[in-house]
Amino acid sequence: MKLTIPGEELMGHGNLSCQGCGGSLAMRYALKALGRDTIAVIPACCWSIIDGPFPYSCLKIPVFHTAFETAASAASGVSAAMKIKGKKTTVLAWAGDGGTFDIGIQALSGAAERGDNIIYICYDNEAYMNTGIQRSSATPYGAWTTTTPAKKFKSAPKKNMVEIMVAHKIPYTATACIAYPEDFIKKIKKAKGFQGTKYIQVLAPCPTGWRYDPAKTIELSKMAVESGIYPLYEVENGIYKISRKAKNKTVKEYIKMQGRFSHLTGEVIDEMQKNVDKEWELLIRKEEFYGHTKE
Amino acid sequence: MFKTNKDMPPCAMSLADMSHNKTGSWRTFKPVLDENKCIKCFICWKFCPENSIDIENDMPKINYDYCKGCGICSNECPKKCIEMVEE
Ligand SMILES: Cc1ncc(C[n+]2csc(CCOP(=O)(O)OP(=O)(O)O)c2C)c(N)n1
Ligand SMILES: [Mg+2]
Repeated sequence: MKLTIPGEELMGHGNLSCQGCGGSLAMRYALKALGRDTIAVIPACCWSIIDGPFPYSCLKIPVFHTAFETAASAASGVSAAMKIKGKKTTVLAWAGDGGTFDIGIQALSGAAERGDNIIYICYDNEAYMNTGIQRSSATPYGAWTTTTPAKKFKSAPKKNMVEIMVAHKIPYTATACIAYPEDFIKKIKKAKGFQGTKYIQVLAPCPTGWRYDPAKTIELSKMAVESGIYPLYEVENGIYKISRKAKNKTVKEYIKMQGRFSHLTGEVIDEMQKNVDKEWELLIRKEEFYGHTKE
Repeated sequence: MFKTNKDMPPCAMSLADMSHNKTGSWRTFKPVLDENKCIKCFICWKFCPENSIDIENDMPKINYDYCKGCGICSNECPKKCIEMVEE
């Protein structure tokens, strides 16, 4: 028997996620990569619920629940305490997209600029799911949410948080997707090897909020990557590397699987396709450019 | 567990896991594995968000106490040997 990801399970049974939750899978993989000697700092998000109500927790590592905007600053504090105690424990800040792109951005920017020794993972389900599918700055253009109802769909593009983190010149930034757990785990292990702030953003689809059949979580996640909408890449000390080069699906194929895009018409979809192609091209150019400056 | 005040932690802490929460009761469709067709790739195990597929005697074994019936295992199985059966 050959398993492609570590066998040890640090996420116990009985969690409170919805059926087919991408965020739940993301945590399962992250803990496989990080191991037992880890403390998780979790701000308000679905994961504050999924973990279980006090005094229960489904995770077999210590969890520090904290206020919505404070994932990075609380993790900085825990990391400083570990340093004083002379411990090598990994400090994981685990936040949703709302807690990262929106309300937690200043705390994260502060930690990154100071170079606090934490691994920050944002599980990106592209809206405020825990409170009932409100739009966040991670919600993509064209999506329905309860605050961007049908014809008034979101008209602003998704904020490029990854590039904001790259601009902080932190040692390691990466994107990942739950359909590629081997890649996600490899990136987390790599992040662990760096001193300073590391940022990983993992796409974690939400069947409840995106309006699709829970059985399709992995199929849809794969489609997000294969269409180039959610490219997998890493930036290690300024050097870009695309993890998966092939781009062989269209935006249309991806969005037609989801109820949150069901109101979109041909022209809007064409426009979205053009933007994805442009962003993809830009990413390839970045890889080439920074690759040349390597030596 | 805590005999005196001094044994108490300085902050709120979790005392137990969530295994009392048998999420199997949420299920409306139940995955049923055909062991004869299974090629033991463990893709079902890998993609289970509940970690409710165990590996026993080199064979995936679905833990119905916790399986919420999302159907990811059935959808991802390359041999299509996990059928979703209505409860
Ligand atoms: C200061 C503050 N504002 C609002 C809330 C309510 N709240 C709790 S979780 C949440 C949404 C979190 O969204 P996200 O970070 O994307 O995580 P998700 O729920 O999608 O996993 C909100 C708005 C709060 N807890 N604290
Ligand atoms: Mg979210």
